[in-house]
Amino acid sequence: MSYDRAITVFSPDGHLFQVEYAQEAVKKGSTVVGVRGKTIVVVGVEKKSVAKLQDDRTVRKICMLDDNVFMAFAGLTADARILINRARVECQSHRLTVEDPVTVEYITRFISNLKQRYTQSNGRRPFGISSLVAGFDFDGTPHLYQTDPSGTYHAWKANAIGRSSKTVREFLEKHYKEELVETDEGAIRLAIKALLEVVQSGGKNIELAAMKQNEPMKVLDPEEVDKHVLALEKEKEEAEKRKKT
Amino acid sequence: MALQNICGLKSHSGQGVFGTMTSQHPSRIDHFTFGSKCQEFALPVGADPVGFLKACSGENGVSIDLNHGTTTLAFKFRHGVIVAVDSRASAGDYIASKYANKVIEINPYLLGTMSGSAADCQYWERLLAKECRLYKLRNKERISVSSASKLLCNMMLGYRGMGLSVGSMICGWDKQGPGLYYVDDNGTRLSGRMFSTGCGNGYAYGVVDSGYREDMTVEEAYELGLRGITHATHRDAYSGGVVNMYHMQEEGWIKVCQEDVSELIHRYKKGMF
Repeated sequence: MSYDRAITVFSPDGHLFQVEYAQEAVKKGSTVVGVRGKTIVVVGVEKKSVAKLQDDRTVRKICMLDDNVFMAFAGLTADARILINRARVECQSHRLTVEDPVTVEYITRFISNLKQRYTQSNGRRPFGISSLVAGFDFDGTPHLYQTDPSGTYHAWKANAIGRSSKTVREFLEKHYKEELVETDEGAIRLAIKALLEVVQSGGKNIELAAMKQNEPMKVLDPEEVDKHVLALEKEKEEAEKRKKT
Repeated sequence: MALQNICGLKSHSGQGVFGTMTSQHPSRIDHFTFGSKCQEFALPVGADPVGFLKACSGENGVSIDLNHGTTTLAFKFRHGVIVAVDSRASAGDYIASKYANKVIEINPYLLGTMSGSAADCQYWERLLAKECRLYKLRNKERISVSSASKLLCNMMLGYRGMGLSVGSMICGWDKQGPGLYYVDDNGTRLSGRMFSTGCGNGYAYGVVDSGYREDMTVEEAYELGLRGITHATHRDAYSGGVVNMYHMQEEGWIKVCQEDVSELIHRYKKGMF
């Protein structure tokens, strides 16, 4: 019957079609990659090209939720804005009631619970976004979590969401090594390398944010990103030259 | 429902006959269920406890002054936190119990003391114990002393001015080391190295202040705690019974002893009797 595609009820073979369609919407969003290092977490997004007259600083896909947690999303930007706002309020509410900053797991659980509630009430549709929530707990351990429209969440060492996320994830699975991400540089490089797989024409279309232990989130300057990109391209050229000789 | 929210209609199912405050469904899984969002007790419509109590206190004739009839003390030192309480429960001039338990063991790493109204303390601290347990289940790690004391403080603030009488110390050991907080029915929450509550607290402060050193040995600290309570029970009419003493260590609390004050006072005041 076609009616179970409109509201969030089960189909006869056990699917929630609205949730699956929401996941399709996510796959249309621009790519986001996240890497968890030892003392740093890095999140990189593909910057979609903006119109000439548009001010590109108003389109920010990486948002701080609190001093120790930030997130990036793939999917419907408007849905994300609502979720981010609720998460920010929850972070402060937690500080007020409990005198401690949220742990990354707590705020991820909150966001996932919110998403789940929307898959189980009638008259509402699920949120069309997947998010990567990254940050440090107040005891210094780094975390990276991914949530999806169904309301499930998992912890990851490195992950990608959005367009071509499968390609990027396979790249990360091949190239992620514990020793590689022990340094901050290594984690940043890995995130950029992974993004370069699917992003056209290099540094201009990449935005990168990194959070180090006990420091607030920093969005890397475009010049810094370009520096890394050039270094990586040089590495690639030299690797190819060595292969030829 | 979604349509109701968009139209701005408030759902009436959340408010019972008595509802002046909205009561949320008490078992939401994702957030604390007490405090500013949802009150434990719905008040009858038209009730004004704050105004009633104002009329009953001070100069306007009948005075209902709630004494915190107890002595409790706690202090931090090099080897942890010592908690010592008396055990007399008084109802006016009558001793209701000689062996009341004024320390609630919230979990192996958290203790709460009670002074003031026995009913209020027992109820709210048991509620605190429930929230601490739920916190541990939801977040897979024990609640910090700072957070536990803040939860109790928020509960008190929700009923501020309505006649609660609670003077409590929350003691524990968490990731930041030994913790000691004083929380009372005004919503005061203070972190400190030493506190004493109850109407015998003046005597206890005198004894502990004069004998306290940060680098005391464990035995010396036990003696100091016993002395503080003993001297307070000797002079204060509303304190007495036995001294219940606990020692909060890194691996959890241990109950040190339970000693009768009438025997202890003979030990300490050799020349007097």
